[in-house]
Amino acid sequence: MIDFIVRRLLLTLPVVFGVVTLTFLLIHLVPGDPIDIMLGEQASVQDKDSLRADLGLDRPLGEQYAVYLKNLTRLDLGRSLLSKRPVTEEFFNRFPATAELTFAAILISLVIGIPLGVFAAIRQYSWADNLISVGGLLGMSMPGFWLGPMLILIFAVHLNWLPVSERGGIEHLILPAFSLGLALSAILMRMTRASMLEVKKEDYIRTAQSKGLSPRVVYFKHALRNALMPIITIVGLQFGALLTGTIITETIFDWPGIGTLFYSAIQQRNYPLVQGCVLFISLTYVFVNLLTDIAYAVANPKVRLS
Amino acid sequence: MTKKNLLMYIGIGIILVMFFTAIFAPILAPYNPREISLPDRFMSPSSAHWFGSDNDGSDVLSKVIYGARISISVAFTVVTISLFIGLTVGSIAGYFGGTLDQTIMRFIDMLYAFPGFLLAIALVAVLGPSIQNLIFAMCVTGWTGYARLVRGEFLHLKTREYVQSAISLGANPLRVIMVHIWPNLTGPLVVQASFGMAATIISESSLSFLGLGTPPTEPSWGGLLNAGRKFLVEAPFISIFPGLAIILLVLGFNLFGDGLRDRLDPKKN
Repeated sequence: MIDFIVRRLLLTLPVVFGVVTLTFLLIHLVPGDPIDIMLGEQASVQDKDSLRADLGLDRPLGEQYAVYLKNLTRLDLGRSLLSKRPVTEEFFNRFPATAELTFAAILISLVIGIPLGVFAAIRQYSWADNLISVGGLLGMSMPGFWLGPMLILIFAVHLNWLPVSERGGIEHLILPAFSLGLALSAILMRMTRASMLEVKKEDYIRTAQSKGLSPRVVYFKHALRNALMPIITIVGLQFGALLTGTIITETIFDWPGIGTLFYSAIQQRNYPLVQGCVLFISLTYVFVNLLTDIAYAVANPKVRLS
Repeated sequence: MTKKNLLMYIGIGIILVMFFTAIFAPILAPYNPREISLPDRFMSPSSAHWFGSDNDGSDVLSKVIYGARISISVAFTVVTISLFIGLTVGSIAGYFGGTLDQTIMRFIDMLYAFPGFLLAIALVAVLGPSIQNLIFAMCVTGWTGYARLVRGEFLHLKTREYVQSAISLGANPLRVIMVHIWPNLTGPLVVQASFGMAATIISESSLSFLGLGTPPTEPSWGGLLNAGRKFLVEAPFISIFPGLAIILLVLGFNLFGDGLRDRLDPKKN
């Protein structure tokens, strides 16, 4: 097991290096002078030179990169152009709100997706299975930026059941988490159904059935435990989609997380903050993928022995 | 006709209707989608404006019809470019193998590790919002999925007898790849491209919704939803209809991809 983890960690290193390099290069892709874009062309030469020196853009590219890497080891990604606070501080202040929203979305998708998938597989080819399958495709096709406003319109404006925006108690979390998690519910539902149908054909299920075990024990104790294996991977892989999905969901629901921080940084052309957000979100994604692989290996001896 | 086949044909039907809508937009749209008519602002759906009118007094139906052009053409361009790059790179990696394959795959793994939508947002944010930049940003990571698929298929097809015989008869690599291997990739690639169209339509609309895609002067579905968000209470129809158009088109591609994949899966036949 330790061998597997070390091997997997070593494979992650070049990926992390690539992510860091690409993020560093982002500001250099700006057409024209990034300082002009950040401060506006009317800004004084003194202000421009001062910002250029602050960001290190007056040095050769290689030196900039070396300084960037050195600062990164101290988690120093510069300062936000507007608030003047360190980018790291801005990011980690907002991180709990996004983590809360993402985990709530995953929870909702598990609660909706897995039971529906199991039910559809047990009742294969019934009208309920057809309905759930088509509903799943519809859920996958529904973009969050449409679902979000529609949920606000129905549950906040017309029915007045739930608050429309900002972070607060659990009632504030329901609409954004549902809007973010619906597509994942649909994906999990389809995966669970397909996986259960595969497992249903296995010999050990037939054995369990012929031993006279109740269908509940056969499906939930024998089949579901094995069918859930691919679900670990899907939840892990979809974490990245959820994390980037928060940019839209948080914008719609005015949720004070990384998504709104990133979006406002883009609108204000606050490039150090944009760079910092891209780097941290990507690294979170890489880290979650690593954890997913390790979790899968813990659950499945075949993977770590291969 | 089985249920799966029926759903696949429904998908094809939806895609064809949307394609024709995009092609014949000037004939089908009742108004000029860019026409501003302030006295007609926020008109509810009626016989004059089937989908109502927006904050500029423009006809929402006409904007939705013209929006199909942008969504379909952007998605088609992104998928075609990504498919071409993915097919070329995946074929080289899969056919030649060895160090070249390992180098290419590590590079792909690195790009794959980036959340694609995040990178697309970041690139459009630094390059500036325009359709060209939008297409470029979505292609940067878009091709990696195709390359992985093609390389995987190559590893399997390369060992088949007919490919081995062609190689031993002295056929040059280009001929082996194009004549003997590529035709076998058509099915899986069409399935992947269909899901790719669905995902790209959502990404393009999402970027336009954030104001990072098509310019506000162009009638795009995402842009229309962004404009409609500010008037959600007084004029919900501005948001409802473009959203339904996105769902319908994405559903069409998902149904088609799903049906075709099941049809090509020997285990299910």
